[in-house]
Amino acid sequence: MTKLVPNLTAHWDETDSYTIAGYQRHGGYSAVKKSFELGPDAVIAEVKESGLRGRGGAGFPTGMKWGFVPQGDGKPHYLVVNADESEPGACKDIPLMMANPHSLVEGVIIAAYAIRANQAFIYIRGETPHPIRRVRQAVADAYAAKLLGKNILGSGFDLEVVVHSGAGAYICGEETALLDSLEGRRGQPRLKPPFPAVAGLYASPTVVNNVETIASVPAVINNGAAWYKSFGTEKSPGIKLFAVSGDVKRPGIFEAPLGITMRELIDYAGGMVSERPVKFFVPGGSSVPLLTPEHLDVPLTYEDMAAHGTMLGTGTPMVFDTSRSVTQAVVRWIEFYKHESCGKCTPCREGTYFMVDILKRLEKGKGQISDLDLLVDISAQISGRSFCALGDAAATPVPAALKYFREEFETKLVGVK
Amino acid sequence: MAITETTKSELRELISRYPEPRSALLPMLHLVQSVEGYVTQEGIDVCAQEVGLTTAEVSAVASFYTMFKRYPVGKHHVGVCVNSLCALKGGDSIWRRITNELGIGHDETSADGQITLERIECQAACTHAPVMTVNWEFMDDMDEAKAVTLISNLRSNKEVKSTRGPKVRTFKDVSRTIAGFDDGLVDEPGIDEAMLAGLKAAKQAGS
Amino acid sequence: MTVTANPSQNNQLELITATVDGVEVRVPKGTLIIRAAEQLGVQIPRFCDHPSLEPVAACRMCLVEIDGIPKPQPSCAIPLTEGMVVRTQQSSEVAAKAQEGVMEFLLLNHPLDCPVCDKGGECPLQNQAMTNGRPYSRFEEGTKRLFEKPININSEILLDRERCVSCARCTRFADEIAGDPTLELLERGAQQQVGTADDRPFESYFGGNTIQICPVGALTSATYRFRSRPFDLISHNTICEHCASGCSTRTDIRRGKIMRRLAANDPEVNEEWNCDKGRFAFTHTTLDRITTPLIRENGELRTASWPEAIEFAANGLKDKQSGVLTGGRLPQEDVYAYSRFARVALNTNNVDFRNRYASKEEADFLTHHVAANSMHVTYRDLENAEIVLLVAFEPENESPIVQLRLRKAVRKSKLKVIAIDTAAIEGYKKLNAEIILTKPGLEADALNKLVPSLNGKNVIVLVGERAATSSGLLSAVASMGKSTSAKFAWVPRRAGDRGAVEAGLLPTLLPGGKLVKDAADRAEVAAEWGVAQLPGQSGLDQVEMVKAALSGDLDAFVIGGLDVYDVSYHSDFIAALEKTFVVSLEQHYSSVTEHADVVLPVGVITERSGTFVNWEGRERSFAAAMHQSLALTDARVLHLIAEKLGVKFADQAKPSELHKSLTSLKDSSNTSTMSAVASIKVPGILLAGLRQLIDNGSLQQGEPHLAATAREAVARVSAATASANGLVDGNLVIIKSSTGQMVLPLLVSEVADETVWVPLNSDGSTPLKNLSVSIGESVQLQDGGRYVL
Repeated sequence: MTKLVPNLTAHWDETDSYTIAGYQRHGGYSAVKKSFELGPDAVIAEVKESGLRGRGGAGFPTGMKWGFVPQGDGKPHYLVVNADESEPGACKDIPLMMANPHSLVEGVIIAAYAIRANQAFIYIRGETPHPIRRVRQAVADAYAAKLLGKNILGSGFDLEVVVHSGAGAYICGEETALLDSLEGRRGQPRLKPPFPAVAGLYASPTVVNNVETIASVPAVINNGAAWYKSFGTEKSPGIKLFAVSGDVKRPGIFEAPLGITMRELIDYAGGMVSERPVKFFVPGGSSVPLLTPEHLDVPLTYEDMAAHGTMLGTGTPMVFDTSRSVTQAVVRWIEFYKHESCGKCTPCREGTYFMVDILKRLEKGKGQISDLDLLVDISAQISGRSFCALGDAAATPVPAALKYFREEFETKLVGVK
Repeated sequence: MAITETTKSELRELISRYPEPRSALLPMLHLVQSVEGYVTQEGIDVCAQEVGLTTAEVSAVASFYTMFKRYPVGKHHVGVCVNSLCALKGGDSIWRRITNELGIGHDETSADGQITLERIECQAACTHAPVMTVNWEFMDDMDEAKAVTLISNLRSNKEVKSTRGPKVRTFKDVSRTIAGFDDGLVDEPGIDEAMLAGLKAAKQAGS
Repeated sequence: MTVTANPSQNNQLELITATVDGVEVRVPKGTLIIRAAEQLGVQIPRFCDHPSLEPVAACRMCLVEIDGIPKPQPSCAIPLTEGMVVRTQQSSEVAAKAQEGVMEFLLLNHPLDCPVCDKGGECPLQNQAMTNGRPYSRFEEGTKRLFEKPININSEILLDRERCVSCARCTRFADEIAGDPTLELLERGAQQQVGTADDRPFESYFGGNTIQICPVGALTSATYRFRSRPFDLISHNTICEHCASGCSTRTDIRRGKIMRRLAANDPEVNEEWNCDKGRFAFTHTTLDRITTPLIRENGELRTASWPEAIEFAANGLKDKQSGVLTGGRLPQEDVYAYSRFARVALNTNNVDFRNRYASKEEADFLTHHVAANSMHVTYRDLENAEIVLLVAFEPENESPIVQLRLRKAVRKSKLKVIAIDTAAIEGYKKLNAEIILTKPGLEADALNKLVPSLNGKNVIVLVGERAATSSGLLSAVASMGKSTSAKFAWVPRRAGDRGAVEAGLLPTLLPGGKLVKDAADRAEVAAEWGVAQLPGQSGLDQVEMVKAALSGDLDAFVIGGLDVYDVSYHSDFIAALEKTFVVSLEQHYSSVTEHADVVLPVGVITERSGTFVNWEGRERSFAAAMHQSLALTDARVLHLIAEKLGVKFADQAKPSELHKSLTSLKDSSNTSTMSAVASIKVPGILLAGLRQLIDNGSLQQGEPHLAATAREAVARVSAATASANGLVDGNLVIIKSSTGQMVLPLLVSEVADETVWVPLNSDGSTPLKNLSVSIGESVQLQDGGRYVL
């Protein structure tokens, strides 16, 4: 059985885990010093070497992203932390900021130093006041400890950090929409190119990283890339926060190497709540295709998930037992995407409207057999045609659900009892 | 209520935190809500003036984000997550129960002005499903009975505590926190069993 | 087959080779796929794409397949690169299917109201639904998204939100092109909609363009809505008669009546935009027209036949000392006819086209630096300049297409704009202009101070008609042109002004830039006109003519289309008209016909052909849109009077003949220099201002929807002037002269000290008429108490 590896979560059971004292008691902020000794290029090299991949869902190699930022271009550089966790099923960044915000702040200092940014922003989802308090306090304490501000620890490196609140828009988790939102605009995604690494915030080179990604950096620096790579697989190295929710006995946050299986996670979570077996699970947020019991032993890695037609996504599995209706779950997800579609592009804006219309009909038992094919066709008309990944995500649940549970949908047709 | 000079100076303080004034717009609109209870036309005008935008530009932004309300919100904003997981785990029945209890629906305010209800989307607390929020503070692991008690306590101004966060204050108070002004409540407990589930399992397994 | 892009002006353009639908194309690097396909004759369907707007790739209608990229890509946002292989819907099933899917989505919530929609018949959605859509809907049982319909986004433009496809052309136009971000996308997702702030309309002088670029019927105009079907219209290429920008327009006529006017595409001039005045102010062509000749008898005007009226006019002018005044609305050919008529039939150089403050210095400037100096500075030059210096010229109000071109250059080529003016009017801000605030009369000093810092740079100076009110300013501009590398151009306000200069309608100037004082020039013009000689003495300008009339030295006027209230000395002007024999050639009853002895009706712009010369000196010829009209041109009427006076010209005063004749005189360019003039400092608080684009101008009458988009008249003073005079921002201010007063809301803003800035001809603000005060003259200010709406 794959062992859990508490790293970011290691001290959450200490009452002051979220304070600077609690963080420093366990060596917190030592990675900042080490980074300053290494120098920015060596930090980027170390993170590249560690194989750390973006934990926001896309899994883009972090060190490579940092390496795209042009150096010596005379423009200000920005680091923006994407703390707008809103994906249905995803609930790892919010607890992390609540319990261990200093790991994020330390990661921010190191990442900003590496990409030569003197200004960083932490864009936190607005609907989460307590994590906002915790991160704001962590930043204030870091300033007080001279870990932020001018000439940090005598290194000559300056960094200002602003904690910014969003205002309720899932699309702002998309990095370019987040940048527009952070510029005080409607959070609609931007046309790429230019990519943020070249022209991001205020048209300057910008790196946008997920909370967990940045918070993972101090351990990578402290323990070295080799240590980090000793966990997980070659293509999915390292440790990850898995948030297991749904019909398990003890839903919660489980920190484990990539490659742990769903069966193992359910086991750690105390098994199924009512001894009813798993009907389906969604490994990485509602934007990835669902899987069924036959996939319980597939390693949760980027590559294995892809091989089974889904994605690791945020790595926050939702588990549904046999008492749950897949159609009901799908309707709510599509309604969610309709509600959160930014409206910019036609396929996502109108396609989600179309799908909800049909799904509502099915829910009322008024569907036609042709509606099922129509739903798949509409998904195909959205997928790969929309402006950003939100549209692709909206096109995901229906085909996957129909692939495994077509019979259940057919019970929703007119004349079927 | 009107936007006072004090609020204007706080709006300017928010602007001063950013390299570009417009970046402060979302926090500024949160601050407007903390004063006015919702995003008023006056609030839009003042923000436009302070940032140097047209009122149309500010309206375009304000109307994009669901946290910005067009009508006065009650003393408390109560959210019930009805995204798939929460809905199936009890969110739907909670919603039915409290809408019956209050006699109001989505985006409506109880006659006593105490509660505005909203069907909300995923709150990043799925490990605590079904989830409700009061003024966006977490009310985790809810059920119908707890929801009814919660509503009743809120209506009778009894003390209510967030499951991961402070004692419940008002929608306006929390809007100010979200806008970026400290409220001294950072030390209210925020970690619970679900967040420690993995750590405990690891310790049990001896890893 | 190989298709090559249009040969460009710039031969160093790097070309790349790519393949579109199996055809090899060579196009300049950076060419978007959608444009390259157009050159092949492949129309990729599109909605959000517009060549003048930044690509957004939002509607997804133009998806194409690109080799090596798994997903279909938006052809409106991706430039062709070397070796790229693109397949459009013509050769790719994937592209065709993707487009069909997007079209199905667009039609989902679109109402089936094409039969009553203004856009029906010329609708890109309708057309592309036919070419790229499914034959039937799969949303039959669905519930469509509905909105209250229609809503006014301003008094002139209505919005039917359920027709909108969220392409954002209108909002991007407002933001990018006009610089008026008061029209925005509101709400989110399926509820996303175009709209304005709750408390304000879409405020823009260019708003009408959004109707024209809307690819569906979402935006319609109050004046055209439900009036016509596109296939019932006959379209005519026309030139706008309002200002000196020289826009190409399209006039659509149905059964002899103008239904609407649109901007036509002219890349060198207005690109594809026009202003709302040009678009909507055409009611004057039909409103309260004078239909028959009129003769004054016992103090009253009575109807007369043409022969009677012509004879009456000729008798009144015979052997008199006469003057000719024309105003700014006439095509060049008609002004040329006046010019010839004055010199030959009336034997005088008493001619002036300027119906406003008219200085000798200005006449000198126009004679020596403007006449016969065409295309010295062009729109394209503005785009390529390093610095454009605006002197007493605020383009948004005074030549709006210049404003748009400058804004484009500011956004795209980093042009820097500097303005010397009395107030920081909104239009300057949209150009990020550096504004040098100057009290009226001191502009020349400000210019001279600035000149050293501009030397060696690629500078263009645009000087406006208001410069005539500031002594020494035009001579300072002329001398700057000599002493530095800067090029300058005069941008008059009205469509006919520059043509009038070319036609020689100044006391010292003959057509083609020829000089009255130059015997050889006179002889050349006389020969062209078939007469032995022309009067050799300089004539009187407008101001002098009025004075001469009052002192009995001038007996008659021939006046073509002006308003006495456009000058501050209108009481003298009226007295002069009362005292003399006045022949008025007019379209509408006016302050001149009121005092005329004979009124001869002439055709409006749609009834005649001719040429306007825009500020560049570019000839903008147009044909009559209403060619069946029996109305006479000014030139024809003058021809008839001349005949009665015994003068017979070889031609029949047809526009084409007059144009040919004038062109034959345009070979000389005079290189003489005007003399320097000193500036004059006037003490006290001075009046400043301009004519706002949308105001009470006579050609804007009868268009209430347009009039309601006018900017509110406010008086502006600086904070220092306000406090020195006890004035309060937001209160009323009373502006007084020896003859009258006006009361306006006060706006404390960026204005030169000791200056009060007001609109010159807006509701509540008509200082020329009410105060008898012109720009640069002194007034008194007094607080008028609280302003209550």
